[in-house]
Amino acid sequence: MTIAGVTFNPIAGVLLIPAIAAALLALLPAYRVTARLNVLATALTFTCAVSLLFSRPQPNAYLLLDDLNGTFIVLTTFVGFTTSIFSASYISHELDVGRLTPPFVRFYHAMYQVLMFAMNLALVANNIGLMWVAIELATLTTVLMVGIYRTHEALEAAWKYFILGSVGIALALFGTILVYMAARPVVGEGLDAMVWSVLVARASAFDPALLDVAFVFLLLGYGTKVGLAPLHAWLPDAHAEGPTPISAVLSGLLLNVALYALLRFKMLMAANAGALAPGPLMVTLGLLSLVFAAFMLYRRRDIKRLFAYSSIEHMGIITFAFGMGGPLANFAGLLHMTMHSLTKSAIFFAVGHVAQVKGTQRIADMGGLTETHPVLGWGLILGVVAIAGLPPLGIFMSEFLVVSSTFARAPLLALILVFGILVGLAALFLRLNGIAFGEPKGPTGKVEASYVPMFAHLTIVLVAGVYMPPALVAWFQNVAGLLG
Amino acid sequence: MSNIDFDVAHLLAGSLVLVSFLQLYQDRLYALLNIYALHALVLAASVAWQAFVQDAPHLYVTALIALVFKAIVIPVALHRIIVRLGIHREIEKVVGVGPAMLAGIGLVALSMVVMLRVTHEADPLAREDLAFALSVVLLGLLMMITRRNAVSQVVGFMSLENGLVLAATGAKGMPLVVEISIAFSVLIAFIVIGIFLFRIRERFDTVDVQVLDRFRGDRR
Repeated sequence: MTIAGVTFNPIAGVLLIPAIAAALLALLPAYRVTARLNVLATALTFTCAVSLLFSRPQPNAYLLLDDLNGTFIVLTTFVGFTTSIFSASYISHELDVGRLTPPFVRFYHAMYQVLMFAMNLALVANNIGLMWVAIELATLTTVLMVGIYRTHEALEAAWKYFILGSVGIALALFGTILVYMAARPVVGEGLDAMVWSVLVARASAFDPALLDVAFVFLLLGYGTKVGLAPLHAWLPDAHAEGPTPISAVLSGLLLNVALYALLRFKMLMAANAGALAPGPLMVTLGLLSLVFAAFMLYRRRDIKRLFAYSSIEHMGIITFAFGMGGPLANFAGLLHMTMHSLTKSAIFFAVGHVAQVKGTQRIADMGGLTETHPVLGWGLILGVVAIAGLPPLGIFMSEFLVVSSTFARAPLLALILVFGILVGLAALFLRLNGIAFGEPKGPTGKVEASYVPMFAHLTIVLVAGVYMPPALVAWFQNVAGLLG
Repeated sequence: MSNIDFDVAHLLAGSLVLVSFLQLYQDRLYALLNIYALHALVLAASVAWQAFVQDAPHLYVTALIALVFKAIVIPVALHRIIVRLGIHREIEKVVGVGPAMLAGIGLVALSMVVMLRVTHEADPLAREDLAFALSVVLLGLLMMITRRNAVSQVVGFMSLENGLVLAATGAKGMPLVVEISIAFSVLIAFIVIGIFLFRIRERFDTVDVQVLDRFRGDRR
């Protein structure tokens, strides 16, 4: 793209803006400036990401852009942008009450940009080694952010996340090495044997047995980062103990990025006729996560933990949909992923302010939110209605598509799916009732919230549930076709 | 490839597995760190041999990184941390030596069965290397779950990473990107861990993960 005579590469923009912003934010001390700079940088990154949809640079050995990761990048940078707006008001409150000190805020902002950089890099990487490095970087960054409050619980959560995340990442690297080993006899030694676009073009000649073992390692490794049961143990702690903007980004984005890595390798497996079908493995893990998380929702007493388990539930549904495969299920999976990212981050925006007002994350200490803080309370209700999958919101539509496409092909699996969704729905409303209605409990002070990001997300989810523009439908259908 | 090349590579990779077993039954932190240094040393020798056999000079860099950082800098630094934290006493183990060793033997057998079966088309050097590497990775994992002490879990994790380096260098012609990234990741991991250990020390005067684990599932 050429603007004012200067050749401009949007991929470079998506990567360089966060990198430069991270350096700047680490240097600048004044937090009011840095919070704005953070918003500005994410806004610019989002603009670059949108322009990627129109001008597509040629893939090289390191970077690749196609319709699949284009979708992911736009979603990632958009939620990154809105979360940075929420983060500005959230962090200023944390400074006021003294939970964070200015040096930590500086660190937090720099890390936020490093995380955005790492996620974008993982999404545009064409080299499976580079993708691995980027996901590792994203993991390490979030570990540091989760531990930022330095309380006992925060450190425990960060430690647990670090150990489990590292083991997952290590297994993924072993899988990556095995993919290289499978590719080497066919593609030849060197860089080409790690370039995804080369691999997928020539995967049919790879040794299927080696690919099978590689995929199992990759599924376990990246599956840990997706938060699939039984590899999910880090997820609720990390969500509950870190700053809420990070919970929003973790749930809304990082889980998707890990899933994206898995999808790339699934496409590789699909290109080899002799290799194991990855679908059934993903379907099993997805259903297991869904049903497990749905039951776990009942005993949650911490509001952020509650929604963390809901994320496991939804990642289960998405993995299930992609595991089923085929144009319709892939379409449903993509739509569900988008809707879940938007809704879950909106919920965390609301939850963040609620927890700040009440001074606690304990559900039992919250009550009558619709009376004391109507905007926040109804926003949260709308979010939970959306995430539970009630019509007319977007998640209803995507869940309906997942269920109906499954009924046509495997009715028994669809029954389990519906069962899990209903169990989860009941649990969410049970908890929501106590939070939103009844006697007001806890402090009822005024809230200095920025409602814009929350309602922007919920509006998109509502509109998507009622009316999907044909262009968007065509786009998603096209991407679903790519996924095979 | 001549026979002696193969034999030496085999010997070194096998030694790495053996040193992993040595780590499993150490019950003092100092001894554990010394064995870890030996682990890294064997890895460095193995990588250097691969560099020589494959005629791939860039692998010497990886060997050097393993030698300098993993065999010297990290053990020395961890020694200091242990002294500063005053935790050089015994390590509490979740599982006894006997069961841990038996589990280790089982894991090695498993990785042999899995890797040798699927890689019959690859060249023999790479396939045995991969089987050994997977054994080292699994033994590292085993060590992480059989220890309660944060420092020894970290050592388990680092020996797991050594297994990954062995696998990466065994895969002939694998681009340098990955090796450097591994070295970096160990460094970064170490920094992160260092910060963590100090914070933990600062706050609770313990690095026993079991004390950290006071809350299981939902708190409050």
